[in-house]
Parts: sequence; structure tokens; C-alpha cells
Amino acid sequence: MRVTHFTLQLIAAMSLWVGAAQAFEIEDRQVYTASPETSVLHIISTADRAVFEPILLAFQADNPGISIDYTITGTTDLMKAIYEEDAVFDLAISSAMDLQTKLANDGYAQSYIPQSAPELPDWAIWRDQLFAFTQEPAVMVVSDKYFDKGTAPQTRDALIELLRQNPEKFRGRVGTYDVRRSGFGYLMATQDSRTSETYWRLMEVMGRLDAQLYCCSGDMISDVASGKLAMAYNVLGSYAASVVAATEGVQIVELTDFMNVMLRTVLIPSSAENVPDARAMVDFLTSLRRYPELVEASGLPPLDTAALQDNPALRPIRFGPGLLVFLDQLKEEKFLRSWENSILQELP
Amino acid sequence: MKRPASIRKRLFYQLAAVAAVLSLAFVLVVRGVASRAAEGTQDDILAASATAIADSLTSEQGEVTLELPYSALSMLGTINEDRVFYRITVNDGTLTGYADLPANNLPTRLDTPVFSTEVYRGDEVRLTSILRRVSNTAAGSQVVVTVAQTRSGLAAISRRITITATGVGLLFFLLATTLSLLAANSALRPLNRMTGTVARRGPSDLRPVTGEAPTELTPLVDALNSFMARLRSSLSRTEDLITEAAHRVRTPLATVRTQAEVTHRKLNKPEHKQAIRDMIRAIDESSRSAGQILDHAMVTFRADSLALDPLDLATLVTETCDRLSPTAELKDIALLMEQPDGPVPFKGDGIMLQAALHNILDNAIKYSPEDSDISVRIEINSVLRLSVTDQGRGFGDMDLAGLTSRYSRGANVGDVVGSGLGLTIADEVARAHGGQLELSHSEEGQGACVSLILPYN
Repeated sequence: MRVTHFTLQLIAAMSLWVGAAQAFEIEDRQVYTASPETSVLHIISTADRAVFEPILLAFQADNPGISIDYTITGTTDLMKAIYEEDAVFDLAISSAMDLQTKLANDGYAQSYIPQSAPELPDWAIWRDQLFAFTQEPAVMVVSDKYFDKGTAPQTRDALIELLRQNPEKFRGRVGTYDVRRSGFGYLMATQDSRTSETYWRLMEVMGRLDAQLYCCSGDMISDVASGKLAMAYNVLGSYAASVVAATEGVQIVELTDFMNVMLRTVLIPSSAENVPDARAMVDFLTSLRRYPELVEASGLPPLDTAALQDNPALRPIRFGPGLLVFLDQLKEEKFLRSWENSILQELP
Repeated sequence: MKRPASIRKRLFYQLAAVAAVLSLAFVLVVRGVASRAAEGTQDDILAASATAIADSLTSEQGEVTLELPYSALSMLGTINEDRVFYRITVNDGTLTGYADLPANNLPTRLDTPVFSTEVYRGDEVRLTSILRRVSNTAAGSQVVVTVAQTRSGLAAISRRITITATGVGLLFFLLATTLSLLAANSALRPLNRMTGTVARRGPSDLRPVTGEAPTELTPLVDALNSFMARLRSSLSRTEDLITEAAHRVRTPLATVRTQAEVTHRKLNKPEHKQAIRDMIRAIDESSRSAGQILDHAMVTFRADSLALDPLDLATLVTETCDRLSPTAELKDIALLMEQPDGPVPFKGDGIMLQAALHNILDNAIKYSPEDSDISVRIEINSVLRLSVTDQGRGFGDMDLAGLTSRYSRGANVGDVVGSGLGLTIADEVARAHGGQLELSHSEEGQGACVSLILPYN
């Protein structure tokens, strides 16, 4: 169950009561020690180490003396850590724009104007607190076993049609995010539902086909690569691209009706202790475009207004209080209920 | 407080002060109006948002529920990047949203938004609440939708407006101040013009001030004119008095002298005759002195209002010589006139010039030995030189410049009675006409030469 505002409070209260230091779940933690060390930058992030390590090392090369304590967690745990548990981090990097927006809106972020601000598009910064540094479309990944090159459906309608006509072929072979567990999946699902009604039809069809639910893009993509899945819907494009580059048998399908584009964001929590280094990192991340080799190594696509203008199917998710709507307790309950009704169907 | 001496300065300072007050008022009014407009905009959007949320309230199985519209909150992000909070309460219990949002000002009437400003999470927020009744049960439920937004965007707008308004106000002030300077100058121009007119007048031009005066200056001009009229009449009375006095003194003296001469002829005893002769001399001297004092007073008076009448100097010289020739003849002195043929036109005060020449000639006769010549010469080159040369004792080797001062007499004239006013009168007349009196020794080496040097036009 995706953690809601209220359960968050409940958890916080409980953790306080139990006296537990950290109730949020840490997936991985890595300390990049600088020698000699002058300061330590504590980062909490949802980005995998493989993706972010090149960036962290490049930052360290540019800023010698800064050790980096890199903690990886899920999007909701990141939220929980800062919102409920007052965990002290100097920087929070997340792919869940809505949760980051809520942090900034509710006063958990501090303001900073990055040095690269004049070059950044207006939509990449919110309240001088939330800074986008990548733009990552949600794509579909299909297996070569099921689709010859170029035969995969290009629109959701075509996909629905294909799934409806071939239920036996795809039963149990369609994967998507479990939006109850993944903040990114929830964000993409809610934005899909805002954008088009086809989302609910697609979920309905996928539910009938016993869709497999995943917590993370990585597992989903590897299952497609291994042929366990025929397709995975709403996969983070950056991960998909890095896997496709390294793995045989996987294709990326960029749907032409629309693709929601997630902005990976960084914020400096109001409780940050090492603010100067955090700001240096914000400057570094927001000027990612100037380091093509890093873009290559991390697979994180930097902000690119021109690309958005060239492809009208790309729909970047805009910052703003609208993102708070699907975090509303009632709204979330209703959405999840609808989602469960669609995707978790009793098989006939 | 010392009052500024200059009207222009006072006018300028007062206008500048008015401009400053107006500028300040402008800045305050613009800022107030614009801030209210900006606040109104925020209130409108908040009300629209709250209404949109209220419209999406429904009842489901007896419970109030809500399908929070995406646009209800996203619309608040369209004009600024302010933080947004909301809360929905059903019968005073929070249904969803920020439970700790302040609720000091709750609506009492359905569908009428109420607004308030509170501090929430460290920031000033604007709240709007709207009351709805949802018929989930027979009794229905009172639902309050509250939407709040921080005001940093508003503060930024207000700051921008304040800066702009202040800039405009400052510009307005500078412009108005410049204009007040011009206005002050322009307002005082008639006064300056009048001052110029009056200042350019000769010292004795007592004609009324004419020309256009602004209404405000008319009383001043009238007062000035009336003052000048009084002055003019007073001066003319003085002139009359001088003439009258001269007449009154000279006439009885002449009578006394005639009587004395008659008596002199009748007397036989030499000591009596001598006494009468002394008396006659004294009477002559008195008459002459009175004449000179009156001449001097007259010259002083007329010099203040020099008449520039066209006259013929040649005639003037001839007449004066004729008048003095009896006196000269008593000492067998010949008055020789050397002047150009025909009239010598000149513009000046005939009476003064006559008095000057009379006094010079009188002096010359007085200090000339018997049976000598006095020449009166008019020379015209770049200036007009009217010189009287005698064959008397001259000025000796004394300071010539000092001789023209009042009541000063030469060191070598102890034996001759005189007032010392003669040359002073001549000098003043020369100066009044823009010329000078020149004293020199005559060319023959003996005797004095007194010249009136007048500008010839």
C-alpha cells in the first residue's frame, strides 16, 4: 500500500513512540570518501548507484575534499524520511515530482538560485527550491520475442486493440508499475489518467490479461529482456535506454499519442547542514548538459527544451500545486481503488 | 523662522513642497490601489479554487466525499509559485487536507467566500473558506472548504509596484520642481520688467510708470505713481521757493544799494563816504554771494533733472557777456568773444550753462586787473570747449583740482571777497552735462584759463 499522508503521520508517531531512529527503508548506501576530506555531503536519492555514480565521482573531481554519503531509498521512503522523521540530509534527489513538490510546498526545502539559473528554462525551477535536472519520458519496452523490429504498436489505442485480440498470447506477459508501491509509477499513472481516458481502458485490458506488477523499472526491464514479459508499460526511459544498450532482445517503444515526461528533481532540505556543498551539487546537476560524457555514462537525459518542442508527443509534467492533488488522501484512495478495480480482476 | 528674502525662492520652495506632497500621495495611492488589485486577484483565484473544490463534493453511501479537481489547485500555480494549502472539514472534522490550517474566520453563509490573512508554517497566508451543505444524510452536512496560499508572489508584485511608483513619483517630483522653477521665473517676469523700466530711468525721471502691469502689481504701481507725483510737486515747490528766495533777497539788496549810492553822492565828509562805499561793497558781496548760493542750489536741483533743450551756445555766450559787460566796463575790461560763425547748437540746460558761464566770467572780472582783456572762446573739435581766459593773477602754483570743491578759494586771493562757490557751480554744471571743468594757466603765461569741456553731439 502506498503510504499516504495520514499513514505517514501514523508511522511517524509510531516510530517516535518506539524510539526508532530511522523508520524509512534504506535500499543501499555508499560513502565516497575524499582524501583529504574537508566536508561531507549527505545525499538521499532514489537514483540507482549505477546511474548516479559517474555524476558523483565527476562532482568530487570538480570539488576535491567533499566526501559524499549517498543513501538510496524509494520515493515514498525519501518523502517519509524528510517529511516525517526529520532525517538530516543535505540534498534530496527524487524522480517523484509530486512528492518533491509537496516537500517544497509544505516548507521542507530551502531556496537557492543556481548559478546556471539564467540558462535553465522557467519550467525547470519551482519556487527557487525545486530544481529539475533531467527530463525522462515514460516509455514502453517490448521483447524481441514477441515483436519484430518496428511491429510494436505505436499508440495506446493500437496497444489496446492488440491486447484485446490476442489475449492468450499476452496473458501474464504484460508488466507495469504497482502504483501502490512505486511513487514514480503512481505519478505516471495519475498523469496518464489526467491526460487521456485511454489509460483506464488500457488498465482494464491489462487487468484482464493478469498484468504483472513491479516495484521498479529495473526488474521490469530485465523480465522483458529475459522474455518473461512481452512488454512493460510506463518504464523510465533512461533506465530502459541503458539496459537496451547493454542487452539483446529488448526494444524501446516511444508511443506517439503521448508520453509523459518526468523531471528528476533535486532540493535542499530546510534541515540541511552542509548547505554550501549542497548548493555546489545543485549547480553541478543543473548544468549537467555541459558534461556530455556524464550524460553518456549515467544515461540521464539532461533538460532539453528543443527536444520537447520537436516531439509534440512529449508532455512534460509541470511543477505547481496541481501535483498536490493526487497526494490528497481521498483522491489517492479513490485513484487506487479505481486502479485496483481495473488491474486486479478475478480471472475467469 | 526667517522668511526667505526672495519671492522667487519662496514661490519655488512652496511649489516644490506641493510637488513633493503630490508625488508622495501619488506613490501611496498607486501602491495602495495596485496592491489591492493584486490582492483582489489572489482572492478571486482562491475563491474560484475553493468553489471548484466545493462543486466536486458528493455524498457516497451517506458519507461526504470529494474528488479533488486537478485544476482547483493547479490554477493557483498559474500566476505565481506560492505555496498552497487546503482543508475540507465536514461538521468540524477534517475530511482531508492540512488539518492544522488556521480556522479563525469561518463562513456562516452558504456559498459566500470569506477571506482572512493568517500566519501558517512560518509564512503569511491568505485563506478563503466557503460553506456548503451536502445532503449525505437527512440532516445534511456542513462542509467548509478552505484554500490558502502564501503571499510571496503578492509581496514581489507589491515590491515591483512600489519601485515603479516610487520611480514615477520621483520623476514627477523632479519634473514638477523644474516646472515650478520656470513658473516662479515666469510669474516674476512682469515684476522684473517693471523693475527694469523703473531702474533704467534717469534719477529725476518722475513721470508716472505706464505700461502693462499685472493686476497684482497695479496697487504698487499706483502707489509708486502717486508717490512720484507727490515728489514731483514737492520738487517743483522747492524750485519755486528757490526762485522766490533769490528774487526776495536780491530785490531788496538792489534797493538798498541804490539808496546807498544816492546817500554816497549826498555825503560830503570823506569818512562818511568811505563808510558808505564799504557798505556798498558789502551789499555787492552779499548780493553776489546770495546769487551764487542760489545759483548753486539751483544748479544742484536742476542737475537732478537735467533738461536737454536744444539751444544755441553762441547766443547764450553773447547774452551772458552782454549782461556782465557793465561790471567789466567799470574796470575797463574788454570782453572779447571768439566763436565760430553762426549758431552753435547744443542740447543742455540753458539756465545752468548761463549760471556756469556767469560765475566763471564774474570770477575772471573780479580777479582781472583794470584795463585788461578777457577772452571768451568756443572751440569745437571732438568736444566742445568753452574757455574763459583772463590776464589776472592766475591760480599761482596751487592744487587746481581742489579749487572746484565747495567754499574753497585760492591761496592768493585774500584781498578779494568771495564765497568760493563760483568754480563749484561751473564744475557741477559741466558734470551734469557729462563734461568737466578744466583749470589751467593761460597760454601767455600770466592769468587763468577756465574751460567748460562738454561732450559735443
